[in-house]
Amino acid sequence: MSERVAAGPTAIQAAFDRAKAEDRAALVIYLTATYPDTATSRACMEAAVDAGADVIEVGIPFSDPMMDGPTIQAANQHVLDAGRSVSEQLAFVADLAHLDVPRLAMTYVTIADTRGYARFADECADAGLAGVILPDLPAPEAGPWLAEADRRGLATVFLASSVSTDERLAAIAQVSSGWVYAAGLLGVTGVRSISGDVTQDLVGRIRAHTDLPVAVGIGVKDRASAAEVARYADGVIVGSAVIRAAGEGDPDGAPARVHALVSELRAGVASR
Amino acid sequence: MSRLTDPTAPSEEALREGYFGDFGGSFVPEALSGALAQLADAWRAAQKDGAFAEQLDRLRRDYGGRPTPLYRAERLSEAAGVEVWLKREDLAHTGSHKLNNVVGQALLTQRMGKPRVIAETGAGQHGVATATAAALFGLDCTVYMGAEDVRRQRLNVVRMQLLGAEVVPVDSGTRTLKDAINEAMRDWVSNVDETHYLIGSAMGPHPFPSIVRELQSIISVESTQQFDFQAGGLPDAVVACVGGGSNAIGSFAEWIEVEGVKLIGVEAAGEGVGSGRSAATISEGREAVLHGSRSIVLVDDDGQVLPAHSVSAGLDYPGVGPEHAFLARSGRATYVAATDQEAIEGFRRTCELEGIIPALEPAHAVGWVLAHGRAELGEGARVVLTMSGRGDKDVDEVLEVAGFDVGVAKAFGEGEA
Ligand SMILES: Cc1ncc(COP(=O)(O)O)c(C=O)c1O
Repeated sequence: MSERVAAGPTAIQAAFDRAKAEDRAALVIYLTATYPDTATSRACMEAAVDAGADVIEVGIPFSDPMMDGPTIQAANQHVLDAGRSVSEQLAFVADLAHLDVPRLAMTYVTIADTRGYARFADECADAGLAGVILPDLPAPEAGPWLAEADRRGLATVFLASSVSTDERLAAIAQVSSGWVYAAGLLGVTGVRSISGDVTQDLVGRIRAHTDLPVAVGIGVKDRASAAEVARYADGVIVGSAVIRAAGEGDPDGAPARVHALVSELRAGVASR
Repeated sequence: MSRLTDPTAPSEEALREGYFGDFGGSFVPEALSGALAQLADAWRAAQKDGAFAEQLDRLRRDYGGRPTPLYRAERLSEAAGVEVWLKREDLAHTGSHKLNNVVGQALLTQRMGKPRVIAETGAGQHGVATATAAALFGLDCTVYMGAEDVRRQRLNVVRMQLLGAEVVPVDSGTRTLKDAINEAMRDWVSNVDETHYLIGSAMGPHPFPSIVRELQSIISVESTQQFDFQAGGLPDAVVACVGGGSNAIGSFAEWIEVEGVKLIGVEAAGEGVGSGRSAATISEGREAVLHGSRSIVLVDDDGQVLPAHSVSAGLDYPGVGPEHAFLARSGRATYVAATDQEAIEGFRRTCELEGIIPALEPAHAVGWVLAHGRAELGEGARVVLTMSGRGDKDVDEVLEVAGFDVGVAKAFGEGEA
């Protein structure tokens, strides 16, 4: 697997390695691009990194986000209602080069497929992204995308679920780069809380197939749940809670609210 | 012969592949991979199991009222200038073709040992059929329905509730069928262990398009035999309305291999193709992924799904099942469109000329035949048209939208000095 020595996966691995050297889990923060507006969004990304995020997932909104609960759906819709195109969002992403952490695009396969995988890979790489996450692209359908991602040195993070068979987990481990994303529960983002024992078991099962870092997301929302996950996973991913911090309340206060939450989460991932 | 009774037919290959040419596949969150594999296995096992075919046959016949008649609609034929044979799915139990699919999937649900079904519904006909089967099989049932559709198909909401289903109005997005499907998918991801998502059309991730096609193909299994027996020879065309595409694919299935029979799918053009307020997916859409498969979809240049519009809640959907995309691209089937106005004309003429109140969905097929049948198919052409459902659910909406005076006010003593 390590013959794929490419810029994206290498940068992500380095971020996880740094966290490990500090004896903590890496903290991955999801924020929707240009939500609630371009300036606030940029300031929130900066605040998240300043407060200790190791990796940023930048959400590129899709009109019909099947894996997302009400919070991220509303953030997506807000950006779409403002009329911001995918090109504008990628331009926004390109403008985050000063952030000293790897950034990945999180979007749905429809966005990548409609642009054409080749063009989407080019645009992501040109925007300085280290990788891409497409939660509705399962491993067996991923071949054509992976060819383009590899060509541009982009990592592709795949999701694994507690109901995935070992055969599926092997396939997911095989095609993933950057890390393997273990879903913390059966469900969509931002609704229920993580299923602890089931997720810990899943992380163990994934590890049987790969040396890649395993990060857990969906259902992690505060310091306590971040700390709990950090005990058994290499990374902790938080999205909806951060979007709520960014979006609930006046935009001027959003960066400070995000900073406060991410600081808490960072303390959580370090207290394992 | 149906593949259901002939397991050596090529459908298994198609099932394993999950693709119709470039279209289809399975673009879903990993959490659903197990459920889809389980479903494909259950379906394969059922197809090899004579007991399943027998149960299905018995349910369709004794409970569902099959076979449905093929009826030569003389007065409508005269008005259209072509000979119209109606395949009367409106006479099946629950009032539409939707039960064909539902009883089959309910049997599969039972075989998989799942106690709960969920469904999306637009016109409410699939929701009613699912609620019906849930009552019959003792399953828990939740139906997602766009809030706009809850409003315009009220009768069916009440029917579902009477049958014991929970109806969840969906307020997100366009508040119609597309959003109901999103919500059903989210429920399924969250409750996949005990829940079967009983998809209502020949769409969604593999293996749904193949399963639904096979279950709906009973329409053309019957119509091929009926036409041969009652009319003799071959029809010139088979015409059906297309929402997600289940009644159309079922109506086409047995004719696809028959040379010389045109297959015509009628989509909903709303206020007109190109008006920006249409649901004519194949006419206006482009290749994209929606709801788990790659097909033709109404999307903008970014891949954002565009709002569809149709007077008919059952056709008000920006996607279409992948096999229709394939049939359109291969040229074996042709997809045309009827506007709201043409559909309402079809609705009215079917009422007045045949004594049949049609659902607004097949009223699009009638409307197209009335407006274009003679020109496109030739004077006297013989047409099998699937009357996919009855229109009780649509009566209020038609009066409101069409505004035509059928004397309601007079009958109720309103508006008189
Ligand atoms: C009577 C009737 N016909 C047709 C349709 C459209 O669905 P499909 O294209 O799957 O047949 C519906 C959907 O609600 C319906 O109720």
